[in-house]
Amino acid sequence: MSIAIAPQPARRLSAAVRGVPASVLLSFVVVIIVVLWSVVPGLFTSYSAVVANPAAKFLAPSAQHWFGTDSLGRDEYARIVHGAGPSVGTALVAVGIGLFAGGLIGLAAGFIGGWVDAVLGRLVDTLLAIPGFLLAVVVVTGLGFDTLNAAIATGVSSVAIFARLMRAEVMKIRHSVFVESSYLQGGFRGYVLFRHVLPNAYRSVLALAVLQLGSAIIVIAALAFLGYGSPPPASDWGLLVADGQAYATAPWLIYGPAIVIVLTVLSINRISRWLRKTS
Amino acid sequence: MATEDQLTAGGPTAQGTATDSAGTTSAGPAPATLLKVEGLTVAYGPQTVVHGVDFTLERGQSLALIGESGSGKSTIARTVLRLLPPEARVLGGQVQFGGQDVLKLRERQFRPLRGRGLGFVPQDPGSALNAVRTIGSQALEAAALLRESDAAARRARILETFDLVGLTDPERVYGSYPHQLSGGMIQRVLIGLAVLPRPALIVADEPTSGLDVTIQKRILDLFSELQRSLGIGLLFITHDLAVAAERADTLVVLKDGVVQERGPSGQVFAAPESEYTRELQADVPAVNPDRYRIGHAAGAARPGESATTQIDVRSVSKTYTVGARRVVAVEDISFSIKRGRTHALVGESGSGKTTAVRLLLGLEQPDAGEIVIGAESVRSHSRGQWRALRRHLQLVYQNPFTSLDPTWRLERIVREPLDRYGVGDKAERRDRVREAFHSVGLPESVLSRRPTHLSGGQRQRVAIARALVLRPDVVVLDEPTSSLDVTVQASIIDLLFRLQSELGLTYLFVSHDLSLVRQLADTVSVLQRGCVVEDGPVQEIFSRPRHPYTQALLDAIPALSSR
Repeated sequence: MSIAIAPQPARRLSAAVRGVPASVLLSFVVVIIVVLWSVVPGLFTSYSAVVANPAAKFLAPSAQHWFGTDSLGRDEYARIVHGAGPSVGTALVAVGIGLFAGGLIGLAAGFIGGWVDAVLGRLVDTLLAIPGFLLAVVVVTGLGFDTLNAAIATGVSSVAIFARLMRAEVMKIRHSVFVESSYLQGGFRGYVLFRHVLPNAYRSVLALAVLQLGSAIIVIAALAFLGYGSPPPASDWGLLVADGQAYATAPWLIYGPAIVIVLTVLSINRISRWLRKTS
Repeated sequence: MATEDQLTAGGPTAQGTATDSAGTTSAGPAPATLLKVEGLTVAYGPQTVVHGVDFTLERGQSLALIGESGSGKSTIARTVLRLLPPEARVLGGQVQFGGQDVLKLRERQFRPLRGRGLGFVPQDPGSALNAVRTIGSQALEAAALLRESDAAARRARILETFDLVGLTDPERVYGSYPHQLSGGMIQRVLIGLAVLPRPALIVADEPTSGLDVTIQKRILDLFSELQRSLGIGLLFITHDLAVAAERADTLVVLKDGVVQERGPSGQVFAAPESEYTRELQADVPAVNPDRYRIGHAAGAARPGESATTQIDVRSVSKTYTVGARRVVAVEDISFSIKRGRTHALVGESGSGKTTAVRLLLGLEQPDAGEIVIGAESVRSHSRGQWRALRRHLQLVYQNPFTSLDPTWRLERIVREPLDRYGVGDKAERRDRVREAFHSVGLPESVLSRRPTHLSGGQRQRVAIARALVLRPDVVVLDEPTSSLDVTVQASIIDLLFRLQSELGLTYLFVSHDLSLVRQLADTVSVLQRGCVVEDGPVQEIFSRPRHPYTQALLDAIPALSSR
């Protein structure tokens, strides 16, 4: 959503921006920066994220090294910028999986009803009964330690939430008057589902997807922190925090990535709440 | 404390009715004027919705604020009660209640007036009470306003008031939850709670709009009686000119926040001075029994066609099973409609008229009986056969705010039936959509809009255009004007007549408004609790009703000769 606003002409942008709370605008700025980090990290830092420089290890934050340097003398800021791609990209894949699978389950359960609803409903109950993070750990252990597998694991753990919301929305719209009216105008079930029900249901599910993006970033960072993500020298945000905790004398190694994670997630949550209010 | 004494002095007892003695005047005689609104101007953001409104309500009298949706009448009521939402601002004027400007008081000074001085009966009885608490526990909250220290005495006062407002079994009502009572009973409870502390003024915001006509009449009777016996001043907010003229002493007609006319109701009604009041009055079917006669005559005067029967419903029954309970929705109902004519189904909520419509359209299957549409019986129709049949059988829903998909543009909404039934090629469909828009009197410029940008009347026109675009034979109209203002209702009814005479349509008109049915239907069936209690030609039923229920319905039409 943030990308869509950026290329608009200045006047239309100012018209669109008016009435948006300042905190939301600030959140958009944060998210846009993080997105740009993950797309073109080279533009934001001239340091390499992998090449070590033992002469410059454990330097405190300064004008040269904004977030200091780590045990191998690598610039921490550069590592965060280069780590944005894997961290945010993985979260997007995770939300995509949850949105698609959960949305489909919810759509089927809500629209068809009957025994389909009963079976899918129990499946969703089962998924909900297992703590999300535990489920993600189990899935990633089964698939192998890798960033993409962590994404799949996180996605699977959020399927149930998407399914629940989609089902509720679809049930509400399925019984609305204009849907019945469409049957009277000669509409078939599939047609009504995709032309009337889905366009009316997707909005709140999309707002949930944005919210889930924030929690997916945290779950993936947590998985990386525990070592379930890509192994070093990858610089996933969670991994950076894990690296930093070994060196009590260099607290900036924890503060840097932690602050970035917190700011990103807070911004995304703020945007999601604003989206839900306006839609 | 001084203020409170003053306030209660402006309270009840002006007419010497027996209420508590706190109302006796300690600050001079109570003024005859109860409520005086002067130059009131209220705005929501940049939009001014009430422009310099003045009116005066005398003690023990009733005043009706009349206007259509958006006329600012509810805003005025909320200003008087100081219940305006935070985004609204009072730009000027004053509201004098019992001699002091309510708007200038601090919240702390105004609080003693709430309930004790100013009572309020809300519009929607269904959402006015907490669903998970008993009526009694909520009434006790209102009873905290009474100067009774004893809980048993409060309870006795509550039961006494429930009895006063015509609740037959006060004890049972006291112990009931809101869902166990009917809409009419809840409205009585709410009126009772407003009356309980014996306020000097009750503000009633459309107190009967959600209720059936016979219940509506009883509630209005109750208001008149309370006004007489307790000397309570009444400020009615209503859109119904006939009800207002019948019940109120003074009328104030509003349009777009501006007072069009004000005066004694008999005078305003008999000889309206402003253009708008004349228009409003001309469109109320109860007042003008011949408003639509001309259109009707034009619609019916087509010889030769009246012989064939278009729809025949024979002894149809339908029972729903709700949990373990069996609810008879319709039982053994029969009616038939001749081609090109209008048949009306009349009844109150729960009378089975909606079920009858759903059975006719194949949305539900009857348990017994037979429905013949055209020449074919639809008893064992498959889904495909129903689909083919519905091309000639269309429905216009009651509420145009829910019957149009909010995400679609109007052009696509009206084109949907053509697309679904694969009528013609692209160009032909486009032409037919334009033709349909033209025939319902909508400009082509709205084609690319979405329903949210239209008013209720425009939406209902779109719904009618959608029903007509397939050129059906039969159109079922399920209370098509009940959610619309009277002037909009008039234009929709005129439109329906014109289309009937142009296209030879057969209408099944479902309504609870007998004054409307009398004018536009040829034949009528009166339904009560799922049974047809009376049917026949409209003239005959209305001039010589045989069944007591029909008589009760006819009595509920506001009669203006009484004043």
